Amino acid sequence: MSHHLVEVKDLEYAYPDGTKVLRGVSFRLTHGEAVAIVGANGAGKSTLLLQLNGCLWPQAGTVRIGDFPLNKGTLSYVRRTVGMVFQDPDDQLFMPRVYDDVAFGPLNLGLPPEEVEDRVMQALATVGAAHLKDRPPYRLSGGEKRAVAIAAVLSMSPAILVMDEPTSYLDPKTRRQLIELLKTFKHTRIIATHDLDMVLDLCSRTIVLKEGQVVADGPTLAILQNDELLHSSSLEKPLCLQGCPVCQGRKAPAD
Amino acid sequence: MATIESSLLNIGYLETLSYQQTPLHRLDPRAKLLTTLVFIIAVVSFGKYEITGLIPFMIYPVALIAVGNLPPGYLARKILLAAPFAFFIGIFNPLLDRAVLVQLGPVGLSGGWVSFASIMIRFTLTVSAALILIASTGLNAVCLALERLGAPTGFVVQLLFLYRYIFVLTDEALRLMRARSLRSFQGRGLGFKVFTYLIGQLLLRTLARAQRIHLAMRSRGFDGTIRLLRPLEFHLQDAVFFLGWSSLFLLLRWYNLPHQLGHLLTGLAP
Amino acid sequence: MHMADALMSPAVGGTMWAATAGLTAYSAKKLRKDLDEHKVPLMGVLGAFIFAAQMINFTIPATGSSGHLAGGMILAILLGPSAAFITMASVLTIQALFFADGGLLALGCNIINMGFFPCFIAYPLVYQKIVGARPTRGRILLGALAASILALQLGALGVVLETFFSGVAALPFATFLLLMLPIHLAIGIVEGLVTAAVVSFVWQAHPEILALAPAAPAARGHSHKPLWLGLALFAVVTGGILSWFASSHPDGLEWSVKGVTGQEELAAPREGVHGALARIQDKLSFLPDYDFKKPAAEKQAEKPESWPEISTGKSLAGILGAALTLLLTGVIGLGLRRYCSPGKG
Repeated sequence: MSHHLVEVKDLEYAYPDGTKVLRGVSFRLTHGEAVAIVGANGAGKSTLLLQLNGCLWPQAGTVRIGDFPLNKGTLSYVRRTVGMVFQDPDDQLFMPRVYDDVAFGPLNLGLPPEEVEDRVMQALATVGAAHLKDRPPYRLSGGEKRAVAIAAVLSMSPAILVMDEPTSYLDPKTRRQLIELLKTFKHTRIIATHDLDMVLDLCSRTIVLKEGQVVADGPTLAILQNDELLHSSSLEKPLCLQGCPVCQGRKAPAD
Repeated sequence: MATIESSLLNIGYLETLSYQQTPLHRLDPRAKLLTTLVFIIAVVSFGKYEITGLIPFMIYPVALIAVGNLPPGYLARKILLAAPFAFFIGIFNPLLDRAVLVQLGPVGLSGGWVSFASIMIRFTLTVSAALILIASTGLNAVCLALERLGAPTGFVVQLLFLYRYIFVLTDEALRLMRARSLRSFQGRGLGFKVFTYLIGQLLLRTLARAQRIHLAMRSRGFDGTIRLLRPLEFHLQDAVFFLGWSSLFLLLRWYNLPHQLGHLLTGLAP
Repeated sequence: MHMADALMSPAVGGTMWAATAGLTAYSAKKLRKDLDEHKVPLMGVLGAFIFAAQMINFTIPATGSSGHLAGGMILAILLGPSAAFITMASVLTIQALFFADGGLLALGCNIINMGFFPCFIAYPLVYQKIVGARPTRGRILLGALAASILALQLGALGVVLETFFSGVAALPFATFLLLMLPIHLAIGIVEGLVTAAVVSFVWQAHPEILALAPAAPAARGHSHKPLWLGLALFAVVTGGILSWFASSHPDGLEWSVKGVTGQEELAAPREGVHGALARIQDKLSFLPDYDFKKPAAEKQAEKPESWPEISTGKSLAGILGAALTLLLTGVIGLGLRRYCSPGKG
């Protein structure tokens, strides 16, 4: 299953105005892994994600997806393999109806209509949104939008799912449902987020970015218990690892 | 600010109306679009002093409102809201065209008033036909019909995109305006300078959004062509709808029904 | 300044539709050839932006009234003529469908008035000439102001011409023009100031965005093609209507002068059926546009008989008939609604 591997080596990127965002990022993921990318605002998370399917091109370093390096020639293969779920579903759901949106990718792949139909309905069923297929995107709730945005990517049968802040804008219950859904996926998952409780639930491995560099890469539990690392990276221990903050607060003055 | 919300609600409400399942809603959008066009052309092709000949055309909006389960009061309000331009141009007719055209016993009605009334009837008919089209079909289906009827795909895609993002951007504009009005006291901060900053901000956000959407499109294999998978089938009932109404319009155009009725009545009455 | 269906004749509406369809097809083809795929979402979102921006208003100093943005010029500056034209056309289509602004037949006129003039005339001929490749604050202000004023004056002229040739409104050409042009001069100045301010704002924040637009081709040689095409089309349409008008009414121009000066005589009351008939005949020769929208020539012959309201008896018949028709229509409507809605059954 080597073709599901993701390898990033010495990646560098600067904005047109010269601000360096990525300064030599390297990591390697194998098939089926769920990896969180965490870090402060501006640490380079979103920029890193955009490099993974050629939305942005690195100024130095390489990206390999499966057996191929990412370049102009392999771009369409890479985009089919790496499904990207953007942070704001309103940016991703641009077609007039949910159905059209989920069909957008498969139609661009040049699949025959029956195949497209099958894939759309299957993707919508996977995220539990089959009943929404005729709705326009602006008539969906936040959770429904997110589910449809994921379906729109699933319909292209990607091997790798890349998600930017999947739990933002969601209420606690919808967030929980989304996490449960993502747990069922067998894809390689790369999730950039501030939601460390979700990371703990979902990802076995965590990569911490700070000022465009990888400062830690390892098992999630170990990283999220490292107070010093979290503090220096503008992060905070997830609530469920803090014990009960209320009781702790009571204990302190009693001592 | 109420106007932003209400116009958004208006678009949303018309859209909701188009989700209904009535025989009218189920028709092929092409049939409805073409019938609407024939109707409008038939109505505006009458002479400027025509009134009686226009009245029977009321049957089209009335019948469609009834069959399509559309709210007549709401549509009437929308028509009134759109009236000012036709009204202000038309109101010059009675001032300028004062020759008596109709003699009703002692009362002489000038040509200007007759043509003004005619303008307002035309206005009501044409505007209601357009509103009924959208309320019974929905914009997406109208766009699809346009494309199938040969409109340039680029234009149709543009319409669909525009419609999709009206809601998103109006919401953004609304938030900006709320932020402005919450911090402007006694009308300060509503002036030109702040206005241009707001619009400029909105424009920058819009451009950034366009960029993100483009990335999302490219991520899913966009190559410059939008492909739509939506079969449209022109059934017998669609043909019947289009041909039936069109021939009625032609008939009513050349044959003045109210006159015949009136003659019948006055002929029978002593 | 949306034209309305009610003031239109099918001939004028149809020709303007044809002109619009031609320009839209031309612009769409041009866009496809340019392969600017990033423009697809950009145009869509900017169209929505014009909608949203129109809802934000500002207080015009010393008047107490408020103004907002119309948008054609700003689109042309950001997108270039072809893309801006299609975007403006889509905005006007949505307005016609959802807000009954204008109407479907008048849509062609409105797209020409508010899309063609700013995008294909005012932008390349005025704005680009003034601002050039190196914008400065002053040039942007001057260019936007001059271009917006020109675009709105042309648009207002368009409305007047279209209304005049449609012949439904009685407002004389010159009077209407004198009414529209000053109003739209004021609107154009405001529009120009807003456009300039917003463009300068964007230019200062992100100068590279404006760098996109000069790539829009009007400055280069071949680029005048759409402009001349549009102008030629407009000229042919106008000329066609004029010649039609002139041939069936040789004294048409004379009429337009008389029409403004001679109203008082007409208004003098005369009595009796014969007087009314005579007046009708006067009117027929005085208002040639009355016949103008009858495509079939033979209709003219029976015209005097087609106005039975002239005599009291016939008027009564007409009114009774109309009332009866309305009544019937209402009954049919109510019947249909009862028949069709299961809820009420």
